[in-house]
Amino acid sequence: MSAPLLSVDDVVVDFKTRAGNARVLDHVSLEVASGEILGIVGESGCGKSMTALSIMGLVPSPPGKVTSGSIRLEGRELVGLSEAELCEVRGRDIGMIFQEPMSSLNPVFTVGEQIAESVRLHENASPKAAMARAVEMLRAVEIPEADLRAKAYPHQLSGGMRQRVMIAIALACRPRVLIADEPTTALDATVQAQIFDLLQDLQSETGTAIILITHDMGAIAELADRVAVMYAGRVVEKGTVDTVLSDPQHPYTKGLITCVPHLEPEPPLVRAPLPEIPGVVPALTELGMGCAFAPRCGNRIAQCGEAKPPLEATVGPHLTACWVAGP
Amino acid sequence: MNTRNSALVVEDLKVHFGGGRGLFTTKPTVHAVDGVSFSVPAGATFGIVGESGSGKTTTALAIMRLVPVTAGRVTLGNTVISELDKEDLRAARRQFQIVFQDPYSSLDPRKRAGEIVREPLDLMQIGTRAERDAKVADLFEQVGLRPEQRALFPHQFSGGQRQRLGLARALSTEPDLIVCDEPVSALDVAIQAQILNLMARLQRDLGLTYLFISHDLGVVQHICDEIAVMYLGQIVEQADRVTLFTNPQHPYTKALLAAVPMVHGNKRDRRNRIRLKGDPPSPVNLPKGCRFASRCPMAEPRCHQEVPELREIGAGHKGACLLI
Repeated sequence: MSAPLLSVDDVVVDFKTRAGNARVLDHVSLEVASGEILGIVGESGCGKSMTALSIMGLVPSPPGKVTSGSIRLEGRELVGLSEAELCEVRGRDIGMIFQEPMSSLNPVFTVGEQIAESVRLHENASPKAAMARAVEMLRAVEIPEADLRAKAYPHQLSGGMRQRVMIAIALACRPRVLIADEPTTALDATVQAQIFDLLQDLQSETGTAIILITHDMGAIAELADRVAVMYAGRVVEKGTVDTVLSDPQHPYTKGLITCVPHLEPEPPLVRAPLPEIPGVVPALTELGMGCAFAPRCGNRIAQCGEAKPPLEATVGPHLTACWVAGP
Repeated sequence: MNTRNSALVVEDLKVHFGGGRGLFTTKPTVHAVDGVSFSVPAGATFGIVGESGSGKTTTALAIMRLVPVTAGRVTLGNTVISELDKEDLRAARRQFQIVFQDPYSSLDPRKRAGEIVREPLDLMQIGTRAERDAKVADLFEQVGLRPEQRALFPHQFSGGQRQRLGLARALSTEPDLIVCDEPVSALDVAIQAQILNLMARLQRDLGLTYLFISHDLGVVQHICDEIAVMYLGQIVEQADRVTLFTNPQHPYTKALLAAVPMVHGNKRDRRNRIRLKGDPPSPVNLPKGCRFASRCPMAEPRCHQEVPELREIGAGHKGACLLI
């Protein structure tokens, strides 16, 4: 792997709540190289969106706080930058696509104006040049009749088109890193496939690094090069998509892959019950000393309740945080 | 297992919205469901898949008589649900119940869990007060909740537990048919498996008939016996769960299957699969011929002129396409 473009190193994020301190990110380390797609997968509350927000410097504070760790973009430290400096980075160096295209677009501006805005801000472009770029971006995300659509308001577009507009906004200033937080959750399967194709096409043209956040292992298999599985604020398994999906080491990863009824090209005639992961995700304020997954884990041993397993190499660059699965 | 032979029969169901006269204009008519027919044997699970706007939820709501039926007949056992009125309809609701998609908004936040599950029993005047209490406790156990949780409010439950409550409420009147409208879409992946396994167990134990609405083909393939694919208010293909996935015939079904990301098996060549362009046409101004023709990669000129009928194309396999 080439030198990482963006590296998240040992980041800890704490939230002060009435129930006590919630450690939403617990020593998270990730890296993504230019031209690479990194998938982050996990259930709701596992910290995958919070990882994205901490990279963008958008952790709501208070009550949240990046307690320790460093986030570097091409060697430049992002943690501790002033708001003005962060505004420079956001949108220009790091673009972000949010989950809900309806609520993240401004309903009172045309989509062309919303794309042009970031070009005007970051590149000091004239309004006319910025609008020309907006139309060009709409064409790049394969919106038909781009010059007409630039004058449309978000409510006049379908869900798939809105998500394309979001992608156009995120890519307007040609960022080096694109964070896509559940970019297709609100969309239909055929539209999701269109968006995936689009992301892949755009990436092969521009070499942007993409961080894809999702709960869908299928999306990871389809798009990502490497994957990090998160549980209760920690990365529990990390490796290339091929090795993690074909040979998962952590019991949580195994559970995540098998508990979902995946579409099979040749469905079996007799249906076995789905393997379940019993129980629910623990409250982050009530994590004990041991592995957070231990209460739901079938392979639990005494050690699991006593200390948190470190993320260690099992096979080559394939890392797993599990006392039982260790090398 | 109970031996109940009542089955759901839906004949040429139509649900149109709008079309009323405004002050100066006639309001446009939305053809949400436009001539849907199918039947479900007792104890089986019938799935309807389709994208948003395909009319799958409206079909479910029309069968439940929760939206006005424009035309067509819905029969459950010996009861013609679509022709019942007022008190007769209310009494017949004992036989068919619904589980909604969103377990957060479909439970009254001011009622305790026990009351929520008990309410249908009270409304239908089933059993004595003491019997109802025992029944509620029993239902809690059936869906995997502890009877002492009856005193809690919905916000004190997790999403999966709330969907268990929704199931308990639907089961309370001992219905023959349960309509499940995307029952697991709002749940985390690990919780989906728990609810799907519970639903399969309840069906086995109680002989329930399910009408299962979903956009998730993996879930539908797992839980349904027979599946109909809807597009713009009509069924375009219908087959048993093995045939539909191994031998899809309609171009829309093929595109839908190709669009689902696969975890297992070799990565398909992304460039060679059927890619649909654009969005479905509006259900207000329907195209003249086949409704899928405008997005169909195989469409011929006649597809834009002739309307394909849903016809038999194999044993228990129906398709609505001129080209198959």
